[in-house]
Amino acid sequence: MNIQVKVNGKSYQADVEPRMLLVHFLRDVAGLTGTKIGCDTSQCGSCVVLMDGVTVKSCTCLAVHANGSSITTIEGLAQDGKLHAVQEAFWNKHGLQCGYCTAGMILTVTELLQRNPKPTAEQVRQGLKGNICRCTGYQNIVRAALAAAEALGG
Amino acid sequence: MFAAKFEYYKVNSVAEALQTLRAHNGAKLMAGGHSLIPLLKLRLARPAALVDISGILDLQGISVDDTTVHIGPLTTHQTIAASEAVARVCPLMAEVAGEIGDPQVRNRGTIGGNVSHADPASDWPTALTALNAQFVIQGTGALHRRVTRTVAAADFFTGALSTSLGEHEILTEIQVPVMNTAQHSAYAKMAHPATFFSVVSAAVVISMSGNRCTQASVVLGGLAPKPVRAASVEEALIGQDLTADNIAAAAAQVSNDLAGEVMGDIYASAEYRRAVAPVEVKHAIYHAAGLAHS
Ligand SMILES: Cc1cc2nc3c(=O)[nH]c(=O)nc-3n(C[C@H](O)[C@H](O)[C@H](O)COP(=O)(O)OP(=O)(O)OC[C@H]3O[C@@H](n4cnc5c(N)ncnc54)[C@H](O)[C@@H]3O)c2cc1C
Ligand code: FES
Ligand code: FES
Repeated sequence: MNIQVKVNGKSYQADVEPRMLLVHFLRDVAGLTGTKIGCDTSQCGSCVVLMDGVTVKSCTCLAVHANGSSITTIEGLAQDGKLHAVQEAFWNKHGLQCGYCTAGMILTVTELLQRNPKPTAEQVRQGLKGNICRCTGYQNIVRAALAAAEALGG
Repeated sequence: MFAAKFEYYKVNSVAEALQTLRAHNGAKLMAGGHSLIPLLKLRLARPAALVDISGILDLQGISVDDTTVHIGPLTTHQTIAASEAVARVCPLMAEVAGEIGDPQVRNRGTIGGNVSHADPASDWPTALTALNAQFVIQGTGALHRRVTRTVAAADFFTGALSTSLGEHEILTEIQVPVMNTAQHSAYAKMAHPATFFSVVSAAVVISMSGNRCTQASVVLGGLAPKPVRAASVEEALIGQDLTADNIAAAAAQVSNDLAGEVMGDIYASAEYRRAVAPVEVKHAIYHAAGLAHS
């Protein structure tokens, strides 16, 4: 099926099999490998991207679902060479170690702060329920989310 | 993981969906895909064709009139959790929606897909049974005429992963009675920490006059193939003051309602689920009545 998807502002057109997952479209067709596949069973959140501004697990979404939509991956957050406030906060607060979960974490926090600009630590933890990190123990991820909220004026 | 090959049809109306279902043997509807895509990837489901109904605008959204909340089956858990109207006229639904899975599951998963899939461990079947919801279903009758029927929750859920939906039918609306000011509700869920699905859950709707319970609807989920109405608990609550002793005594009655099949699986044994059931019922009654408890 022929689909057209805007990824980080750039249009991609491709003829894909209906069974192709969105994450494979992003990594293999668009060549954007910042989005990771962790569990492949919709548990871990490392594949989270924004579809029309809403976070989705791209391993549990078909590429054809994204037809006509606008996707933001981790590669699309920085603007003009300047990191997004959430990326900046993850860096400053050491919210990552191996980095495998980070793209999904950052995109999830971005949506969380849009819905709730001034979350409590508990609300951040609830908001990150679908994102698993095997390295950090989460403390610095929560700190990073709270720091980003502050930086964004929440 | 890759699904087996399937044909894909995106439809824009219920009529088109029904026609596409009829035209393709072994076709399956897809809404948010959050139950179906995992099954396709594991190849536990191998439909020849998928009929993507996610774009049917008529099947999305919430409207409220004097007596009823009308919910389109394609309404996402997130939309229900964030709806002020739902929070006002049916707070149990807002509570349940907000506890499903995680934010990404709530963004994509729909209430209609949830009840049609009818996973015994999912939350909507339990809650909607306690709320006495009605399910509006459309199908095709003689001479290709569209036929609509309405089924009560008690008849809609027929077993594990099975409902009264026919192969060529579509759920088109869920109707939930508006709660009145005497009614109070709560949902208690013992969720599995890795999957977020219910191991045991209890949905409670009670009417109160002062501290006295005048009506009760108590339904358990997660522990049997389909929602279980706890009629013994309901009976024990009605007419009683909601004191700690009376609540404990009523909750203990739940064993009478679990005479049928209680599931044991990799998440919990049947024995464990039977033991947890009265605890969750008690939690839900306390929360519904607005009482503090330990
Ligand atoms: C990680 C994870 C955690 C989850 N946690 C929970 C949880 O805690 N509690 C919970 O309740 N659920 C949970 N779920 C399930 C989730 O709520 C699903 O979204 C839901 O069960 C299915 O809805 P869907 O729109 O994704 O349906 P789909 O996957 O698209 O469809 C499911 C089934 O319903 C049928 N169907 C869909 N719409 C209709 C319709 N209108 N008429 C007739 N048939 C239809 C389809 O043919 C299919 O058989 C979880 C899922 C995941 C992946
Ligand atoms: S790879 Fe998608 S949720 Fe883990
Ligand atoms: S930083 Fe390694 S998984 Fe999170």
